[in-house]
Amino acid sequence: MSILSKITAKPWLQDQGVMDEYGPWDLPPAKLALGWLIAALTVMFCLFGLAYGIRMDTGDWRPLNEPGVLWLNTVVLVMCSLAFQAARSAARKEQAAQLLLALGLGGVLTIGFLLGQWFAWGELDKAGYYLTSNPANAFFYLLTALHGIHLIGGLLVWTRATFRVMRGTDIADVRLSVELCSTYWHFLLLIWLAIFALLLAT
Amino acid sequence: MAYVAIADRGQALHDPKTWIGKYVWSQDHKIIAIQYGGTAMVVGLVALVLSGLMRLQLGFPDTFSLIDPTAYYQFITMHGMIMVIYLLTALFLGGFGNYLIPLMLGARDMVFPFMNMLSYWVYLGSVIVLLASFFVPAGPTGAGWTLYPPQTILPGTPGHDWGIVLMLLSLALFIVAFTMGGLNYITTALQARTRGMTLMRMPLSVWGIVMATVLGLLAFPALLVSAIMMLFDKLLFTSFFMPALVSAGENLSYSGGSPVLFQHLFWFFGHPEVYIVALPAFGMVSDVLAVHARKNIFGYRMMVWAIVAIGALSFIVWAHHMYVSGMNPYFGFFFATTTLIIAIPTAIKVYNWVLTLWRGNIQLTVPMLFAIGFVFTFINGGLTGLFLGNVTIDLPLSDTYFVVAHFHMVMGVSPILVVFAAIYHWYPKMTGRMYDETLGQVHFWLTFLGTYAIYYPMHYLGFLGVPRRYFAMGNTEFMPDSAHLLNSGISIAALFVGVVQVIFIYNIIVSIWKGKPSGHNPWKAASLEWQTPDTPPHHGNWGPDLPEVHRWAYDYAVPGAKDDFVAQNVPYDGTPGTKVEA
Repeated sequence: MSILSKITAKPWLQDQGVMDEYGPWDLPPAKLALGWLIAALTVMFCLFGLAYGIRMDTGDWRPLNEPGVLWLNTVVLVMCSLAFQAARSAARKEQAAQLLLALGLGGVLTIGFLLGQWFAWGELDKAGYYLTSNPANAFFYLLTALHGIHLIGGLLVWTRATFRVMRGTDIADVRLSVELCSTYWHFLLLIWLAIFALLLAT
Repeated sequence: MAYVAIADRGQALHDPKTWIGKYVWSQDHKIIAIQYGGTAMVVGLVALVLSGLMRLQLGFPDTFSLIDPTAYYQFITMHGMIMVIYLLTALFLGGFGNYLIPLMLGARDMVFPFMNMLSYWVYLGSVIVLLASFFVPAGPTGAGWTLYPPQTILPGTPGHDWGIVLMLLSLALFIVAFTMGGLNYITTALQARTRGMTLMRMPLSVWGIVMATVLGLLAFPALLVSAIMMLFDKLLFTSFFMPALVSAGENLSYSGGSPVLFQHLFWFFGHPEVYIVALPAFGMVSDVLAVHARKNIFGYRMMVWAIVAIGALSFIVWAHHMYVSGMNPYFGFFFATTTLIIAIPTAIKVYNWVLTLWRGNIQLTVPMLFAIGFVFTFINGGLTGLFLGNVTIDLPLSDTYFVVAHFHMVMGVSPILVVFAAIYHWYPKMTGRMYDETLGQVHFWLTFLGTYAIYYPMHYLGFLGVPRRYFAMGNTEFMPDSAHLLNSGISIAALFVGVVQVIFIYNIIVSIWKGKPSGHNPWKAASLEWQTPDTPPHHGNWGPDLPEVHRWAYDYAVPGAKDDFVAQNVPYDGTPGTKVEA
């Protein structure tokens, strides 16, 4: 039944009260909740993007030279996403060894990405791009920090899922966690690509 | 395949084993609701006392030495922020949302009980951080509840050092708490409905709460963004919002920031926030009116669509709060137009409430009195909103008491009347006891008439041009003596209404032990929460079997029925009185 039919139903009529066709969607609640969380985070990052654009026009904006390591970090984050996708696939096929390998790789690459971002901060600092010296710098540090914090939040869930796999938990019981992790990492990759494109374009 | 509710798909209910597990670290939505509601009301009482102190100063200037300009602005700021965020938002969503959603939808609990518990404790943390600002050097921020930069973090503004930092941290914590709760409310409403509970059989309370939660999830990020950037400006001396400034003869390190950017971000949150408070109130008042008028709600589908339309439109009206900041006239025209368009779905709701009452078997119970009081008050507040939505009328009135009167009628008194209606209405289900009817009636009439004694004259002060935000008016040409007298009268009424709330607190506390047993369904209501096997409902709500829903929540005065209502879980079995004709 389409959403349009659902919201145009006349609940006071008996013949429209077909019970079993009106149930909730066949979707785990956690997936739906993650979808709403991603919507809220998308709004947040979009608003930062809008603020970035508006602040650019106030006259004192001096673009920074993005350090080359950001390209490498981007590649690492793409590999993270691929690793999580592989983990998702392994969980679906119930391949325990591949699942553990892919999950481990995804986590290690994420830590590598975060270290790479830290290195980029150091490079900018050495080059004199301090937080307070220009709004472009401030936005760079702010956006990368927020993106990193969200990855660290994801690592907490990843740690739990990985430990469960290592302890030999039935794969069917961790499949949902793995799927949620992979969706979240794909989302954060898209956010990073948007941030990076914004930085390069301005 | 037979439908199995998510709550029954092998999910453990985690029965509490200890007293602490049951009442402190509880994962039961009903206990969490009461924790949320209790905390919100306690912090709301703090805000009520602050408003009394403000009125003492305004009504009787130069009389109370403890209220100096610094304290006055701190009282204004904390009063506004507490009432809007920490009382109303928390009470409607954390309190009523938690209590009503699973019960009204036939679920055993929220779908993520642990996260629900965490949501309350983070909320409590945000309240503690906020109230801690009363005890730090220089006290809480006095920047006004809108926290506009640059003055918010400049020397000279009360609490510019610690107070503002604690306020921003507290808001960030609140948003985290709300997000955890909000994900629960939406997911539970969409995925944990019992068999037969279709979207269009959900009571309007649930529609209002869920739509408000959607607004919150999409609007609170704007507040978070502005809070984070302001914290950077305050603590790390960036210039997101701070322009180049000379303060006390000293050049500050800021340059080029945009204060108006903050205003846009703040009001992109701030206007939906109005509806985050209003939509649950709309929903709950609809249910209270239908039950106590013994009539089905008029225009149910329109009511649902109006809730959704108001929610959507609330995201494109924010700049009507910024007419005085200056904007392109086409912008002003756009926002004035969208603001007036939002009056259409709102008016649909008001007409439908009135038509629900029309020829109903109206029972003037305490919840019904408060609900009717809400309809009156919301119309009053809404009509003055039509004035202020227009740029040319807003400009002269914006900085006067007319605005204070408007937003208190529409966003203060109206939702608070619904809060009272809802507490009295669902009190028997929460406690198994009835409140004292006489005390409830006294509470209503004194509160209702008292608030009109406060806010009606305030419109007149606004027309006179009396400016808001002023610590003292002094001797001014345009304010006649009668206006000063009126100000004193408003203050007396405000203090009176504040004190009257003691009746309410006494009534709901004492009735827990002394109230008459209410039975399961004292109002003969049709919606599902009144059909639980136990009152108050036990952990898991429904005993061994979840209820099945066969009809909507508004089968009152059904022709041919034995009783004047048919509960949602009564099947259509072909016998007279259980079938509703088209």
